[in-house]
Formats: sequence, structure tokens, C-alpha cells
Amino acid sequence: MHNRVLVVGGGIAGIQASLDLANRGIKVYLVEELPSIGGRMAQLDKTFPTLDCSICILAPKMIECLRHPNINLLTYSKVTEVKGEIGNFTAKIMKEPRYVDMEKCTGCGTCTEKCPVKVPNEFDMNLGSRKAIYMPFKQAVPLVATIDPNNCLYFTKGVCQICRKLCPSSAINFEQKPEEMVVNVSSIIVATGFDIFDPLVMSEYGYSRYKNVIHSMEFERIICASGPTGGHLVRPSDGKEPKSVAFIQCVGSRSQAGKIPYCSSVCCVYATKESILIKEHAPETEVYVLYIDLRAIGKGFQEFVDKSKKEYGVEYIKAHPGEISEDPISKNLQINYEDSQSSEMKRLTVDMVILCPALIPKKDNKKIAEIMGLELDKDGFFKSRDELTAPIDSNIPGIYVCGYCQSPKDIPESVAQASGAAARAAEATVCATTEAVQ
Amino acid sequence: MNENDEPRIGVFVCHCGVNIGSVVNVPEVVEYAKTLPNVVRAEGNLYTCSSEGLSKLKEAIKKFHINRVVVASCTPRTHEPLFRSACEEAGLNKYLFHMANIREQCSWVHPKDPKSATGKAKEIVKMAVAKAALLEPQTEPEIDVLPTALVIGGGVAGITAALSLANQKFNVHLVEKENELGGKLKELYKLYPSNNHASEILEEFVRAVRSNTNIKVHTSSTVRYTEGFIGNFKVTINHEGKDETLNTGTIIVATGADVLKPYGLYSYGESKNVLTQLEFEQTMKKGELGNPKNVVMIQCAGAREEKEGGRNYCSRICCAVAVKNALQIKELSPETEVYVLYRDMQTYGKEFEEQYRRARENSVQFIRYEVKLPPEIFARPDGELAVRVYDTLINANLELDADLVVLSTPLIQGKETEELSKILKVPLGSERFFFEAHVKLRPVDFATDGIFVCGTAHSPKTIPESIAQAYAAASRAGIPMALRRVRTEAITAFVNEDLCTGCGTCAMLCPYSAIRKDEQGIARVNDVLCKGCGVCSASCPEKAIKMKHFSDAQVLAEATAALGGA
Repeated sequence: MHNRVLVVGGGIAGIQASLDLANRGIKVYLVEELPSIGGRMAQLDKTFPTLDCSICILAPKMIECLRHPNINLLTYSKVTEVKGEIGNFTAKIMKEPRYVDMEKCTGCGTCTEKCPVKVPNEFDMNLGSRKAIYMPFKQAVPLVATIDPNNCLYFTKGVCQICRKLCPSSAINFEQKPEEMVVNVSSIIVATGFDIFDPLVMSEYGYSRYKNVIHSMEFERIICASGPTGGHLVRPSDGKEPKSVAFIQCVGSRSQAGKIPYCSSVCCVYATKESILIKEHAPETEVYVLYIDLRAIGKGFQEFVDKSKKEYGVEYIKAHPGEISEDPISKNLQINYEDSQSSEMKRLTVDMVILCPALIPKKDNKKIAEIMGLELDKDGFFKSRDELTAPIDSNIPGIYVCGYCQSPKDIPESVAQASGAAARAAEATVCATTEAVQ
Repeated sequence: MNENDEPRIGVFVCHCGVNIGSVVNVPEVVEYAKTLPNVVRAEGNLYTCSSEGLSKLKEAIKKFHINRVVVASCTPRTHEPLFRSACEEAGLNKYLFHMANIREQCSWVHPKDPKSATGKAKEIVKMAVAKAALLEPQTEPEIDVLPTALVIGGGVAGITAALSLANQKFNVHLVEKENELGGKLKELYKLYPSNNHASEILEEFVRAVRSNTNIKVHTSSTVRYTEGFIGNFKVTINHEGKDETLNTGTIIVATGADVLKPYGLYSYGESKNVLTQLEFEQTMKKGELGNPKNVVMIQCAGAREEKEGGRNYCSRICCAVAVKNALQIKELSPETEVYVLYRDMQTYGKEFEEQYRRARENSVQFIRYEVKLPPEIFARPDGELAVRVYDTLINANLELDADLVVLSTPLIQGKETEELSKILKVPLGSERFFFEAHVKLRPVDFATDGIFVCGTAHSPKTIPESIAQAYAAASRAGIPMALRRVRTEAITAFVNEDLCTGCGTCAMLCPYSAIRKDEQGIARVNDVLCKGCGVCSASCPEKAIKMKHFSDAQVLAEATAALGGA
């Protein structure tokens, strides 16, 4: 019997589950594959329907994880092996080398400033740049540097080492090796989150072919004050503020033919939020949302959509566009769609298009499922023991799932399910026998 | 360093990236802060809340013997706990910290006027420094928490919460107003996706509750009143005319919701062939469906109303319920034509979308109507019901015969919700469901410590969503009960006995019932219940009540600084 829990995934779900457990005195290993915890929520500008600044409400929880005496934060790490059963799991965790001594690094940023190699910044959806030694974002937790060996001149050409020379804490260590650790836990919580469907598949919308067609996660970074444009909404083609913007819903989702059959559950309302953000930045901008069914299903969401229509003048058009074409000179975009009211073919010309792609389970889920013996459903989400009555339990007793990796859901639902997973894990650690939790 | 020494104030001005820094001239504010009385150190940080910023703060406290700290940054709502604990880690009582909000109250509201914003930021900092000089250390009393929970409502959410808490080895009182457990589950027919009968699932739940020795079930019981506070609630319940008082550490509200009976809409109540979805489930459950030729379902009956004073929220589950029931009809009576008249099909997520597809494959007809042109019910000359609807896809009026009209009406607040919200002193939101502490990050907490909410009492949701939320409430309630102790608010009211005349104004006005008069007629404050709102202090005619951390001297110092005084 081990009074410990392993949490896999450091987004809002993993963070909430860890904090609930740690706050009741249970030790937690929180494993995150990226250099910082925070997940997708850290990348968002604001959250619906309250328009809270996303990182502002998340950062205190991230720091609480770092500082909590009951949480062992294992970033840049992956679970490689799991054995055992409820009450007694053994997990192997592989910690990737950062080539920076975490104990010594103070996050001062000297290295990241002086490093000569610029690479696209994944955190900014590759819109801005970072260096080969980097901290993914300003509020990263832990705030320590990481060297990306694929781009570092020392690792690729054996030269440079500027970071090593300049680091005031002598924290750079090019010799660092992967480290393996073995932990014993009574239960495991899986919270791996989601990825974004590649809108390239929908070639009719011209993503990447047309510069001014971007997707919603890119938009979140552009509109964010700490993003690559400092929060200025500008078109990628000419750096000018768009006078008109259209959002397109269900890009890849709710469709068959090799795409994504399900509804991602959050896009209608986040597009509404993003529309409001545009209107707040530049009230004169014309904003359109093209949708199939407007799904404002959560608490306060319908009111939020009403506000977007009435107070901000966002226009909602019930249509699923066939294709987008680009004016080769102005780089403006023409959206061709069938108006569902009149059944006529119509055209909408805008300066910028924002695609709302399906949100999809992480590719890595397959590997995690294999390692832990978990079942995935046909879409790649972790399967619940019983979808109706046991939404948090996986097919393996003692392993629980929460957040988007279990099924599409928004932040409050993820938080609730994560607390719920913490309750299940607490039951497993408190109970003397495995029967009692079944 | 000692808080009784001469104040030595450190001021830390945050750029908050560009949030503050791109508007307010932070270096200028830092230089200004250095000129203020008692300030021994002022510095700027890119992000004071980052690990780096916090270590710089702690280092400065030690190096410059700072005994009062001001951080000028964002909102205390999110960041005060963080900065307070940083102060504690540097050896300072955390109440010797004060926060100046120069983001929400300055840079964010004046982005176009950096010069004036910088001036305003200076004044906000000046006020904070004036108050900081008078700060005093405070303590947060610890109280014991009884490891017993009270769960109000014996539906699927309440049952799940009770079972989880019992499995966490806490004692649970499960209170249900009806004479048996089950809530709305009792009235449902078959459930998606397992297609199990609701009654079978309910039986399993009830068996688990009944066989769990940690759970005491109180059926036919209602909550009369409560007193006390987190860790030590006294809840009086009434069972068949007899009162019983239960001692509990935490309370979970799982009282569910009701289904709107839409009298006055679509001939509901006038024709026996117009039913709500819930009534229709019972028809199927009793095996009374028969073989109707046509069934017409109307979505958003009394929901998503775009009119003043209308019920404008989306009830989330009705489209999925309609799809499920449409498929049930096709299973029970394959020849029956089923029409679903909708505005937006809300079949969100992975399963519902698939069911929606399956229903279309099974020739359920989905017809979209506009809110401005709602369907109308009328009687044919032979007395048979029919529905007229403007189909927006083909732009034409359709007339559909309807042996049965099934109305998808929204979930609305439960009957006892208003009263219970008063008894527990927890708020309701604009849709009259229970209102949580934070819609994003505290979905099952109330602002009142020790009371939690789950299931459809919170908002319309499905069974698995209610179950997930019930587990969440069981986790949140489990935290103080597992620790057996909880720290309470330090910022409370205290009464100067010499000045109190026992007039009772404070006790009458206190929204938390935290003040009682003792035998001598002197007002006494219950420190655990007191939330430090200050109503008593402001209303006391004798000025006998003072607020810790918000003394008159402190508030006046801030106000004087704001008005240009020293």
C-alpha cells in the first residue's frame, strides 16, 4: 500500500487532480512531457464566458504545484513502463536531459538572450521565435532553461557554447544524460489533453497556402499580449490590421470520410470569445462566425453568444463553406457558401479567416495505452469502464482518466473531472482492500 | 527584523510582461516609490509571480530587513496567496503584505494614455505604501473538522458523492426528500449508451448505498435549517414531522433540477397527446407507446427564448434526449414517423453526434425552424393534432400529422432551490441554479467554505457529467475532512466591549449570522463564520466594531494618500 499517486499530464486537468490530492496529504508525482506545466490553457489568451485572462488564473495553480511539499514535479519526462495493480503500481519515468542543471538555473534569461540560434517557438504555434536554449514562456513552471539539441550549435556542429560561458550560475551541462526513476504508487491519473487537427487536410480552405488563413490556436497566441505580435491582431501577409474576419466552425469535425466524426464541444463558444476579443481590440472590425449548429451548451454560454450578437455586433451565419479562394494581389479571402436560409450560393470577402479545427486526442495516447494496458475508443480517446456510470474509471482498476483525453470537454468540466479523478484515487489509497473501491 | 520595529517597506513593481509594462512606465514608478516614506527598497520585475521574481522578493526581504511588503501588480484575487506565502517563506507574517493593483485598475483601463496611467500607478502605489506602514501581523485560527459529510439529494449525483466519501472512509448522511432514493433516474426509461434500463442502474446504485455501512440514508427528510461553519455544521432535518440535528463537517448540495412543464406553450395541458420528454419516457417505460403513425418532437420549448425576461439558456441535454427517444421509438415501433423540429442540434461531444447520425440513418426527420417562426399546433377538422412548421431548408411551410407531440423543455431550478439557498446562505446564478465560486476553476465549490454543489443543481447536465461532478464534490469535501483541520479567515471583526451598547444592529445585519449577543448583551463575533465583510463595523453606531487588517487608521491613511496628503 503506497500513499502516492502518479499523474500523467501537466495541463489544467493534471494540475487540478494533483493539487486536490496533495492538499489532502497524498504524495503526487506529476509527470509532464514538455519543459513546463500549463498545457493548452497556458496558451489561451482569455477564457469564456467570463473573459478571465487564462494564464492569470492558471499561473497561481502552476506555481502552487511547484511549491507544494507533496508534489514532485517531473517535467520534460515521460512514463515508459507501468506494472502492478491497484494499490501497488510501479512506474518507470524517463527524464530527458535539459542540458541545464535545474538546481542551479535561476531563470535569469542571460543564455536565452545571447544564444545566436533562432527557432520557431512551439508555444506560440511557431509564429514567434525562441532560441536553441529557451524557456517556453514567461510564466513557465519551472522557470529554468532547456537546450534543444536539434538546433543547438554545440550539439549540431560542436561550436558556440556561449550559454556555458555566460551563465552566471554555471548551470549549463552538455554532458547531461537521460535519467530514469522508478516510483511506487497506489493509483494513476491520466490527463494527456488534446492536439489540434491539421487543417491542411481540408485543402479547400487553403490553410498554409493562403497566408491570411490561420487556425484558432494561432489566433490565441496572436491576440495574447505576451504573444508574438504583442497582442496586436495583424494579418500574416502584410502585418496590417484586418478590417473583416470570418471564423469557420467544424473544420474537420462532425464529418466522415476519414476526418473527425465527433463534435469538439468547445469551438462555437471559443469562436464567440475570440470574436468578442477582436471587437474589443478594434470595434470597427466586421466579424462573422460561420457555423452548422451553434452549440452554446454550458452554463452562461447562450447568454454569452447573445451578448456577442447584441452588444458586439458579431454576425452568425448558418453555413458550412465549400471553399475559400484568395485574391492574389490583396491576399483577401473569398468564402463561398450556401446560405441555408435562401439556399443560394453566396460569397463573403474578408481580410482574414480563422479556422476552428477539430480537437483530437494526443497521438501519444496509443503508447500510453500500451504501457498501462488501457483501452482507447475508435477516436483515440481513453475509454471509460462504463461511459454512463463510471466516466472517470478506465478499464484498469486504479487507473483513472480525466480532461479532454477522455472525451471533448471545456475547462470547468475538465477541472471537475480532474477533482473527480482525485476522489477516485483517494478512495484507492485510503481503502485497505481493492474490493471496496469497485 | 520585527514587525514592531519602525516600518521598513519594500515595493516591487511588476511589468506583468506587457500587461502593465507597455502602458505604465515601470522604472519611473520604481523611482517614485523610493521617495515615499518608510520605503527602503523598490525594484521592478518582469513577472513578480515567476519563480525568479519570487526569489528576488524573498532575497530583498532578507537583504534589506524589509518588514512590510508592497507588490504593485495584478489582482489579489489570483496572486495574493502566492505573494503572501513568499513573505512567509522569508520569515514575515503574511498579513504584513499589501497588494496594489496597477493592472486591472490602471494599465488595462488606460491603454491609450500611458502618461496619465503612470501617474495613476504612482498614486495607487502611494496609497498602498501608506497602508502598509500601519499593517499588523494577524493569525489564522485552526479549527477541527468533523469527518462526516451531509449530502442533500439522493439522485444519481448525491448517491455518487455519498459513495465516494464513504469509500474515503468518511461518515455520510444522505438526505432525500422523497421516500426512496433515485431522483429523476426513477422516471427515465432507457439510458444511452448502454441502452440499459434506468431502473437496473438505479438498483445497483441503491444496493451499493444500502450495503455501505458508512452511509446513513434519511429518506422522506428535508433540511430545515443549518448553523455552524466548515468542520462543525449543525444541520436540522425533518423526518415525518420530527426534527433531528446532524453534526457534519461538510455539506454537498445535490438537489437536482426539475423539468419545465410548459403550460401555455404548444397546447401543453390542453391535449393529452402533448407531453414533455420526461412524461414521454414514462409512456415508453409503461409500455404504452403503441404504434403511433407520427410523433413530432419540438426542441427548445421554453428554452433559448430571445425575449425580455425569457428563459434564454440552453438546457444542454434536450437534443441528445430527443435523439435517444427518437431512436427508442424506431426500436419499439419501426413504422412510426418521427420528426424532430430543432433550432440548433446540440449533440455535442463524441457519442451524441454519432447517435444523431444514426437517427438520420434510421429515417428520423430533422427539420430546422427559426426562432422567429416557431412551430404551431392546431387541430384538424376531425380533431386530430397537427403541427405547422416553416422548414428553413426548403423554405416552405409543412403540416405534419401528430399522434403525439413531445416537447423538449429545459431543466429548471428544483422546487426547494430558493429555500435551500437561503438556509445554506449560498447564492443562485442568473438562471436560478446554484452559483459556484468560480465558473472556470472552482466548478463545485461555493464561496462559503465547506459547502459544495454537484449535478443538475449546478446546471443542466447528463448522467455521466453529473457523476463526474459528484466525484469532484467528494474530492473537494474530502480535503478538509482528510486533514481533520482547517485554517480560517484572519480578517474578522472584533468588538470593543467597553463601547458596545448591545443595540443588536450588527447581529441583525451580519449576512453570515456570525454575531450573537451574549448574556451581558454584548455583541460577540464568531471568528470562523465571520468573513470580514465589514458590514457590522460600518453600521455600528458606537464605532465599537473594528476590522482586523482594515482598521480606520489604515483605511484613512490610504484615503489621505489618495487625496494628496502625506
